[in-house]
Amino acid sequence: MKSQSRVGAWTAMIVGSLYFLIPLIATFEFSLRMKRGTYSFEAYSVVLGDPRFQASFGYSILMALLTIVVGVLLVVPTAYWVQLRLPKLRPLVEFITLLPLVVPAIVIVFGYLRIYNSSSILPLTGNERATDLLLVFGYVTLSLPYMYRAVDAGLRAVDVRSLTEAAECLGANWPTILFKVIFPNIRSGILSGAFLTFAVVIGEFTLASLLDRPAFGPYLQLIGANRAYEPSALAIIAFVITWASMGLIQVFGSARAMSGQKV
Amino acid sequence: MSASSDAGSVQPELLVPPVPTPTPRVNGPSRASSLLAWIGVVPFFTFALLFLILPTGFLMVGAFQDSQGHFTLANFRDLLQPTVMDAYWISFKVSAASSIGGAVIGSLLAWAAVQGKLPGWIRPTLMTFSGVASNFAGVPLAFAFICTLGRVGLVTVLLKKYLGFNLYSTGFSILSFSGLTLTYLYFQIPLMVLIVTPALDGLKREWREACDCLGGTAYQYWRYVALPVLWPSVLGAALLLFANSFGAVATAYALTGSSLNIVTILLYAQIRGDVMHNQNLGYALALGMVLVTGLSNGGYIWLRSRAERGRR
Amino acid sequence: MAFLEIENLHKSFGANIALHHFDMQIERGEFITFLGPSGCGKTTVLRMIAGFETPTRGIIRLDNKDVTHLRTRQRKVGMVFQSYALFPNMTVAENIGFGLKITHRPQAEISQRVEEMLQLIKLPHLGGRYPWQLSGGQQQRVALARALAGKPQVLLLDEPLSALDAKIRISLRQDIRALQRELGITSIFVTHDQEEALSISDRIVVMNEGRVEQIGTPSEIYNFPRTRFVASFVGTLNILAGHVVDPATGKMIVDGQELTTTQELPSNDAGKKRLLALRPEAIVLEPAAPGRNTLNATVEEVNFLGAVVRIRTRVKDAVISLDIFNDPNRGLPERGQPVSLGFSHENLLVLEEGSV
Repeated sequence: MKSQSRVGAWTAMIVGSLYFLIPLIATFEFSLRMKRGTYSFEAYSVVLGDPRFQASFGYSILMALLTIVVGVLLVVPTAYWVQLRLPKLRPLVEFITLLPLVVPAIVIVFGYLRIYNSSSILPLTGNERATDLLLVFGYVTLSLPYMYRAVDAGLRAVDVRSLTEAAECLGANWPTILFKVIFPNIRSGILSGAFLTFAVVIGEFTLASLLDRPAFGPYLQLIGANRAYEPSALAIIAFVITWASMGLIQVFGSARAMSGQKV
Repeated sequence: MSASSDAGSVQPELLVPPVPTPTPRVNGPSRASSLLAWIGVVPFFTFALLFLILPTGFLMVGAFQDSQGHFTLANFRDLLQPTVMDAYWISFKVSAASSIGGAVIGSLLAWAAVQGKLPGWIRPTLMTFSGVASNFAGVPLAFAFICTLGRVGLVTVLLKKYLGFNLYSTGFSILSFSGLTLTYLYFQIPLMVLIVTPALDGLKREWREACDCLGGTAYQYWRYVALPVLWPSVLGAALLLFANSFGAVATAYALTGSSLNIVTILLYAQIRGDVMHNQNLGYALALGMVLVTGLSNGGYIWLRSRAERGRR
Repeated sequence: MAFLEIENLHKSFGANIALHHFDMQIERGEFITFLGPSGCGKTTVLRMIAGFETPTRGIIRLDNKDVTHLRTRQRKVGMVFQSYALFPNMTVAENIGFGLKITHRPQAEISQRVEEMLQLIKLPHLGGRYPWQLSGGQQQRVALARALAGKPQVLLLDEPLSALDAKIRISLRQDIRALQRELGITSIFVTHDQEEALSISDRIVVMNEGRVEQIGTPSEIYNFPRTRFVASFVGTLNILAGHVVDPATGKMIVDGQELTTTQELPSNDAGKKRLLALRPEAIVLEPAAPGRNTLNATVEEVNFLGAVVRIRTRVKDAVISLDIFNDPNRGLPERGQPVSLGFSHENLLVLEEGSV
C-alpha cells in the first residue's frame, strides 16, 4: 500500500513538472530561433535594444516605484494606528484592503474612467500627468491587499505597543517613533510588500491599457500582436523578473522571521 | 508576470483575516488623543473612498439608471441579449473548467508533495514554484502557450514529427475555449497547491493512527475522516479559483483577442468603444461581474471559516 | 505466561539508537507506567506495541500471540493520544462508535455501547456535541471512551494528561485509574511526570536515553532507587560523595564524619568512592543519638513555603535540603547557624556503581 502511493505521487509530480516546464522550455527554445538556421540570442538583443521596450519598461518601473512609495506612506501609518489605537476599526480596514481582490481590476478602471473623466469635478484623465497619477493610485489600490498584509504581519511580529510605550517613556514624539522606531523594525515586511507590488505593477495590463498609458503591459500585448520571435523573448524576460521578485520576497521573508524574535 | 487582474494572490490566505491576537486595551486615551487617532486613518479612508469605493459604487448605481439618470431596470433586461448571455456562459464555462481542473490537479500535486513520501526537497520546490507560477499570468503567459501549443509551437511540431500526430487536425486550437482553459490552468493549479497544502498539513497524523487502532482501513479513513475534513477547504479553494478566472482579462486578450467572447473581453470592448451602444449596459455588465466574483469569494471565505472551526 | 511479553526489543532510526534491549513481562490487568524525560524511548516502545513502528529486533507477544509484525488494525489495541485526536467532523457519539461502525457491528449494538461508554466517562448528555465544543478534559475522556468502546486487549496512553491544566490532570488521572480497575484492562501509560507515575501505577518502568533504569512498584522506585538517575528523576534527592570504610558493617565516611548504612555493599568495596543519597523527608533536626546517623552542617537558606519550611544546609561541597513542618511555636534556624541532621541507617542509600 505504501509503495503504491509512492508510485502515484511520483507520477503526479512528473506529469505536473512536465506541464509546467514544457511551456517554459518551448518559449525559450522559440526565442532562440530568430536567426534562421541557428540558435542565437538575437531576439533578446532586438528586444532589449528596442527603444519602445526601454521606454515602456522604464515607465513601468517608475510607476512601480511611485506605487510602492505611495503605498508605504499610506499603509504603514494606517496599519500602525489601527493596531495601536483603533483596534475596533480593524475588521473594517481589513475588509477594505480585501476588496481589490474581489472587485476585478477592469471594473475598477471602468469606474475611474466614468468618475474622473474630463467632465467631472476631478478631471484626472484630462491630461497625461494627471492620468499617470490616476494610474499610480489605481496600482496602489490593486496592491493594497499585499502591502497591507505584509506590513500588518510585520507590525504584529514586533509587538508595536511595547515598542511605542518604551519609546514614549524615553521621551520620543510621534514622528520620531514612527520613523526611528517602527519603520526600521518592519523593514522586511515593507520590503516584502514592495516586491509583491513590483511584480504586480510591472506586468499589469488592464489599467494601463484602458487608461492609455505607455506601460510595459500594453507594450507586451502590442509586440505579441505584431511580431513573431520577440514575444517569446519578452515572455522569458517577464518570467525571470517574476522569479527574481518572488525570490527576493523569500529572502526578506525569512529575514523577517528571524528579526521578528522578541528581543 | 502578474497582471493582477489575472493571477491569484501570491498568498491566497489573504482573503481570510487572521485570528486577531487579543491586545489589552490601551490605558483610557483622553478625548483629545482619541480624536487625534482618528485623524491618523483619514488618509486611508479618503483614498479608499476615492479610488475604490466610489468608482465601484458609481458603476453599481449606474447599472440601475438610464442615460438620463432615471431609475430603471431596463439594463438588466438588456443583459439578456444573446451576445451578453453568450459571454457570461462562455466565461462561466472557462472559469468552471479551469477551476475544477485546477482544483483536482492542484489537490493531487499537493497530496503527492505532502503525503506521498517523496524526497524532502520536492515539497519546498513545489511551493516556491507555485508561488511564482501563480503570479505568472497575463500577456507573457499567453505568449508562452502559443510557443508551446500554437500552430508552430514546440509541442505541436514534436507531436507531428515523432508521433505523426497532427494536433490541429483534430480541431484543437490554442486560440479557443480549450486553449484558454489550458492556459489558465498554469496559474490556477499553483494557486490551488498553495491553498490546499496547509489544509493537508492540518490532517493530523494521530487521526490516521487512531483510525488504525480502531480497526479502519485506508479507504475508511479517507471516506469517514480525511475527506469530510478536507472538502470545505477544497471546495472553497475551487470557488476562489472560479472568481480568479472570471475576472481575468489580459491572458484572454493576448491569447484569443476578441475572437472568444468572454465577459471581461466584452466589458473591455465596451469600455474602449461602447460596442453595445448603451453606456449603462456596461455598468450592468460590471455589476454582474462583481456579483459573480463577490459570491464566489464569499463562498470561499465562509467555507474557509468552516474548515478552520475547532482546528486550533 | 504473562499477558504482554516484550522480549529484547530494539529500535534504531538509521544510526540513531532509540531503544536498547527492552525486556518486560506484563500481567493481565496491570497498570504499567513508562516514566522518563523526553527522548528516553518510552513513546517508542508504546508505538511499537501499537504497531505504528516496527522493531529493529525483538518480539512482542500479546496473549500468547506474536504480534510483532502485525498491522495496527489487526491488533485490537486502544490508544489515547496527547492531542486527543478526536475526529473533528464527527459528534462525540459518532467518535465513540466509530470503531464499531467500521467493523460493521449492527446499529443497535453501537448505540447501546455508546450510551454505556458515555455513562462510564460521566458525560451522558454530550453525545451530540462536536469535539471543538468541549473542554480539553472532556475531549480526553471522549478519547478514552472511543479507545475502550471496542473492548481492546490493551489500553495505551501516550502522555494523555500533558496538554491539560494542573487540576484537571489530577482528577482525570484518578478517573483513568478507577476506570481501568473497573474494567480490568491491561494498560500502559507513558509520562514524564513522576508524580503521575507514582500515584496511579502498579509498576513503573523508569527509562533514560533508550535504556531501562529500573522496573518496580512506586514504593520501590521511590524508596530504593538503584541508580542516580532514578533517584534524582523521581522525587528530590540529596546526593553526597563518600568513601566506604567497612563494607561488612556498612560504615561510610563523608566529609570526615562517620555514617552507617544498612544497605548491602560488595565485600571488595573497602576504600572505594561511592555516591550516597538521602531523601529530604528522612532528615530531622536533632542532636546526635545512638543508633542513628548524624551529619553536622551549616544552614545556608531557610525558605518559608507555608505548611512546609525548606531548609538548605551545606556539608563541605554538598548541599542537603530538608523539609520540616511549619510550627509557629518553634523558632527557625538562622543562616550560618550550625545544625545537626539526623536520619536512620536505613535511609542512607548507596547508589549503584557506575551511576557516579
